[in-house]
Amino acid sequence: MCATTSIERALVRAESVHKSYGDLEVLRGVDLEVHRGEVVCLLGPSGSGKSTFLRCINHLEQVNSGRVWVGDEVIGYRQQGNQLHELNERAIARQRRRIGMVFQKFNLFPHMTALDNVMDAPVGVKRVPRGEARERAMSLLTRVGLADKADAYPRQLSGGQQQRIAIARALAMEPDLMLFDEPTSALDPELVGEVLDVMKDLARSGLTMIVVTHEIAFAREVADRVAFMDGGEVLEIGPPSEVLVTPRHPRTRSFLARVL
Amino acid sequence: MSEAPAKRSDSVPTADLTAVPRTHYGRWLGALAVVAFLCWLAYSLAHAAIDWGVVRHYLTMGVLLKGLLLTLVLTVVGMVLGVALGVVVAMMRLSRNPVTSGVGWLYVWVFRGTPVYLQLLAWFNIGLLFPYIWLPGLGGARTVDLVTPFVAAAIGLGLNQGAYTSEVVRAGILSIDEGQTEAAQALGMSRLRTMRKIVLPQAMRVILPPIGNETIGMLKTTSLASAIGVSEILSEAQHIYFVNNRIMELLIVCAIWYLAAVSVLSVVQYYLERHFAKGSSSRSLPDTPLQRLRKVINQKKAVS
Repeated sequence: MCATTSIERALVRAESVHKSYGDLEVLRGVDLEVHRGEVVCLLGPSGSGKSTFLRCINHLEQVNSGRVWVGDEVIGYRQQGNQLHELNERAIARQRRRIGMVFQKFNLFPHMTALDNVMDAPVGVKRVPRGEARERAMSLLTRVGLADKADAYPRQLSGGQQQRIAIARALAMEPDLMLFDEPTSALDPELVGEVLDVMKDLARSGLTMIVVTHEIAFAREVADRVAFMDGGEVLEIGPPSEVLVTPRHPRTRSFLARVL
Repeated sequence: MSEAPAKRSDSVPTADLTAVPRTHYGRWLGALAVVAFLCWLAYSLAHAAIDWGVVRHYLTMGVLLKGLLLTLVLTVVGMVLGVALGVVVAMMRLSRNPVTSGVGWLYVWVFRGTPVYLQLLAWFNIGLLFPYIWLPGLGGARTVDLVTPFVAAAIGLGLNQGAYTSEVVRAGILSIDEGQTEAAQALGMSRLRTMRKIVLPQAMRVILPPIGNETIGMLKTTSLASAIGVSEILSEAQHIYFVNNRIMELLIVCAIWYLAAVSVLSVVQYYLERHFAKGSSSRSLPDTPLQRLRKVINQKKAVS
């Protein structure tokens, strides 16, 4: 990677992202920068807009105004004069290949084995030769500790195992950025740890991650920065040692008081 | 009272007590009545004026077998056309484009709302509306030459089937969780690939049982094509019994062939459903009857 300027541009730059469903304003101007290799956790009460914002980053949700840059591209839109025109599906699909996503409910493909789940998109979308894709998928399954489950179908696996496979599936596309949408919220308490361990390993390896989570302990340990969202805005952002220990905003304080 | 629940009695040690299930007198009585009815039916049929020799004679007659073949071909063509149309129309109806979904709805409304019989007659007589058909790039022809009875029957049955199948396919697609599409999109898959590789294979579990049902329905509906001069098995049988008056015998021959074909279709359906059941349960699939048979034989071999 060659940085042309002394201060490298942020990998993700969200500028004043607005989003509403009818009359309901879900995002009221979200600004956020995430640098390459950084892990940012989004915290906040349910309904604060953090998941919606995350889904705007790979254009699973359309924005009403504002821009999300990933690298040197605006996601989902092409700027013409002072208007943003939505891109066609192919262009959006191409952009999404660089952005991995892990869902709350895993969303593994139930009719495929774990291995096929991981290697299907590289083969079918990126045109990686089968043998190469299989090798890479196996090494990813090994990385998430599930090489022995390569031939198992998702329904034969526990929630924690399914989520680890879903992480491997997203990594198989070799994304620049990974989005995690409450990855442990649908898990039984005793299975949360194994998923968080995999995520910690990814964070250490220098992957850029944006994580919507309720796991305060995880945020404290892993995040470089924590953003607190409420009412469709980022109210506070900073290192966990500040936001989680000495929050400035009263709503951050009351939220932390409730969850800790 | 004998019906009163057992009073506390410690005369017998608990370990020596055995639980005896209730006797179902009603079931025994019912079974007896059914068996008696079947005996009566068998007796009546055996003494009915059916010449089983005639049935045996016509069962493998060339003309009827040819008719059977035509019935099967018409079933396959009708279903292939119907399913292909059904998938397309289902997509149209699920489209966010109001014109596309409206046209899809209109198609279903017309072709599901009128009798197949009427539709077959209409296709057979389509030449009255358009005496001459011109296909760009292929040239033209007189409609009566192009739309033979078989072609009219294939189009009619296929279009009618497409209307029903589109609803089945639509239900199947709607049964798949939104998260599947989102996961595919997040991986950068195109809409077409998402549909073909992710949604439809899963929807097949919902789609297949009714399609199997409708294939069986189609097999029998092809008999209506006799009305527009397609010589499928039933019309061939009619040609014969108009001459020799062996009506019931020939109808029995047809019934036997229909039942045989339906039985084969049921087996095909069983294996197709099994194929698409992959990953649908946390346990592995139960053995097929054949696999079970093989296991039993192997066990017997191992014993001897």
